[in-house]
Amino acid sequence: MLPELDEEIIRHRIAKRIAMDLDDGAVVNLGIGIPTLVSDYVPEGKTVVLQTENGVVGAGPKPCVDDLRFIGAGGRCLSLIPGSSIVASDMSFGLIRGGHLDATVLGALEVDGQGDLANWMIPGKMVPGMGGAMDLVTGAKHVYVATTHCDKKGRPKLVQKCTLPLTGKGVVSVIVTEFCVMRKTDGVMTLCEIAPEVTKEEIQANTTMEYVVSPDLCLMKGIE
Amino acid sequence: MGGKLIKPVMSAEEAVRHIHDGASVMVGGFNYAGVPYTLIDALVAQGTKNLHLISNDTLYANDEHPEGVGHGQLVVNGQCRKVTASHIGLNRMTQKLYNEGKLELELVPQGSFVERIRCGGFGLGGFLTPTGVGTIHAEGKQVLEVEGREYILELPLKADVALLRGYRADRWGNLTYFGTGRNFNPAMAAAAELVIAEVDAIVPQGEIDANQIVTPGMLVDILVLKGDGYYATRT
Repeated sequence: MLPELDEEIIRHRIAKRIAMDLDDGAVVNLGIGIPTLVSDYVPEGKTVVLQTENGVVGAGPKPCVDDLRFIGAGGRCLSLIPGSSIVASDMSFGLIRGGHLDATVLGALEVDGQGDLANWMIPGKMVPGMGGAMDLVTGAKHVYVATTHCDKKGRPKLVQKCTLPLTGKGVVSVIVTEFCVMRKTDGVMTLCEIAPEVTKEEIQANTTMEYVVSPDLCLMKGIE
Repeated sequence: MGGKLIKPVMSAEEAVRHIHDGASVMVGGFNYAGVPYTLIDALVAQGTKNLHLISNDTLYANDEHPEGVGHGQLVVNGQCRKVTASHIGLNRMTQKLYNEGKLELELVPQGSFVERIRCGGFGLGGFLTPTGVGTIHAEGKQVLEVEGREYILELPLKADVALLRGYRADRWGNLTYFGTGRNFNPAMAAAAELVIAEVDAIVPQGEIDANQIVTPGMLVDILVLKGDGYYATRT
């Protein structure tokens, strides 16, 4: 069993680690849930431009007073930062599908060692629609998966092979959980960082995904 | 000799009389923004049935709004036989009616959704995209390999009527948009036989700088001023 961490610590740890990974000036699309928190952790002196699928390039934080004329992808109101632009949906998805986004950050139901990601439906239960997720994972230069290591029942989410309907095939570049960072390196998912609370063996015991351990394995960055 | 340049300004009730049972209807908007709320309310009141609703989402229907918000009402009201959308998760009735077999549902990745509409309006026969390759979205669709990469062939999407939400219009039907309300509206303007635009204001010819116009009036058939409904006044 992996140690139990406070849910808020988990969410913020994952978000912070991903924020540290983003380059200055990167244009990034954040999904709902943990990914939304990434924008709170962009380090001082670094600018990350947030794109929303409905057409904003340069989205700012939720305003004090909601204005329904300025909506973000999750249905939350947003503000605009100086220099932002608003485009129509065809251009917005041209940006997404055309490879112009540096990164997208999404959640996962399942992710596997081939980089397959399932995060949009559970047959018979949840059929909300894929929205822009399939476009984002196919088009963005780097696909970050932000997810808890296991689901609420303690089952690994980093699985040997995805069984749920896929969002994209072979699309994932980086997986960040509360306990580790995995990167797809030369086509192989590689364990690069682990959290101080766990050992390599504990990660292994709670991960059915195929991966290798990096020779440069280090402590997960961003944890004080 | 061609269409009339000066577009009629109608009440929402008059305008939606052009929508008949069984019609395919595109509705602009993403979440709350850019939705022609006044036209939708009129279409709900008119009770037109068997509609094929083509919109990115079906807005909301939940405990707070059991009757539905915007075009979400068309689903709750049982006025749709089919919905084509990218996301329906915020309207509990869309999912329920689909599960009960009372509603046909076509889910399309959002980028493919808007591109299919763009193709419909731009005279294109379809397009190739890697989005959805290797997923259930590819089932039943042609997958073609071009230069070593697999693509899904997506086909154009058109409609009998498009209901748009613009910001300012002039009497030629030239449109501007506001905030995040632009979204799917410009693409839909080209993809329907009849285009009805609900706007915040109708201004004299020439008052809108030509550079600011996003949708040329030649694509718009009928203008409707937005009403004083809850969401119309807040968007």
